[in-house]
Amino acid sequence: MSKKIAVSSEGPTLSDAVDPRFGRAAGFVIVDDAGTTQYLDNGGSQAMAHGAGIEAARRIAEAGATVLLSGVVGPKAASALAAAGVAVVEGMESLTVGEAVAQYRAGQDA
Amino acid sequence: MLVAIASGKGGTGKTTVAAALAAVWGQALLRPLTVVDLDVEEPNLHLFLRPVIRRAETACLEIPVVADPAACSDCGACRELCQFGAITVMAGKPLVFPEMCHGCGGCLAVCPTGSLTAGSRELGRIEEGTTGLADYLAGRLRIGESQSPPLIRAVLRRLAAVADPEGDVILDAPPGVSCPAMTSVAAADVIVLVAEPTPFGIHDFLLAVEAFTPLGKPMAVVVNRSSDGTPQLLDLCREHGLPVLAAIADDRAVAETYARGGLLPDVGAHYRAVCHELARSITVFAGETAHA
Repeated sequence: MSKKIAVSSEGPTLSDAVDPRFGRAAGFVIVDDAGTTQYLDNGGSQAMAHGAGIEAARRIAEAGATVLLSGVVGPKAASALAAAGVAVVEGMESLTVGEAVAQYRAGQDA
Repeated sequence: MLVAIASGKGGTGKTTVAAALAAVWGQALLRPLTVVDLDVEEPNLHLFLRPVIRRAETACLEIPVVADPAACSDCGACRELCQFGAITVMAGKPLVFPEMCHGCGGCLAVCPTGSLTAGSRELGRIEEGTTGLADYLAGRLRIGESQSPPLIRAVLRRLAAVADPEGDVILDAPPGVSCPAMTSVAAADVIVLVAEPTPFGIHDFLLAVEAFTPLGKPMAVVVNRSSDGTPQLLDLCREHGLPVLAAIADDRAVAETYARGGLLPDVGAHYRAVCHELARSITVFAGETAHA
């Protein structure tokens, strides 16, 4: 089965910057092994008073991602992601989505 | 009669006024009194009234607990119902975030399986006792608890169960105009707003008037630290049809007594008279507005 990587992103493409926020990120780029991308818009999170991180975790898990690359993931989102079996890598905020995915894969291959 | 002592700005003298009234109420009106500290996030009435605590209980909120994760049918009804994101379904199992739950019980009602059961989250403590002159009741929020209205409501339920039906109640309300303050003043028959004539005090006083007026309760004002700005505050009270029941001077002797944990009527004979007069004028005001 293809492994899908979700990246919190400021836009829909691999050249967009990683959004340092998770729950209230602009959106998520989901990349599979073949390099095909899919974009989940997360604009609705701005209107949520509570639970944006939990809802984002649910949507990512539903999209089939098993890895999340982001800046900082809050404690409630982290427990939701853990319950869904999504691995989390933080500290990717200074990269583009494409760079973050490449760096993650390089680390996995090493 | 249930009187809430409230304010827009914190630190205007709610507790000073509530404690002063608790000290003179019985003598001034010959009626029993229960004084209640509803500022559960930072209760301080006990510092002035030094009550003897006779009974204390833990107050809890009913929240969902995952009893049988395997029973979950992954229908998502609980998640869709919850307006606070306190429950979701992950990998086919319910996941509860206890600290976000408001205790409505909706998820327990809509769950079609036996996956969820009722559990509880500690909100804080309710203390009961006596100051010698009045019965005393207070809530104290658990450290780490983010919601105070559920505990405020629990204290008010306890009040309804224990208060003398022939007596009066003074509620020392939380400051501000958000849910804790609204929950407190909504329970009262009469609202007494303590206001100070500073720019900040007047600004927040107007917020309180705006927030509490729609409750349709009789509302009056006590001016504290009365000084140069008082005429402006009095004009605003007139404009909003709010009677001013007392003015406490910006007097160093009051501050010194307060700093020692003393009560306003103990500052001197003048202040004792002000407190007695305030107790009487609150009951007269409440009586007038009840018959109006």
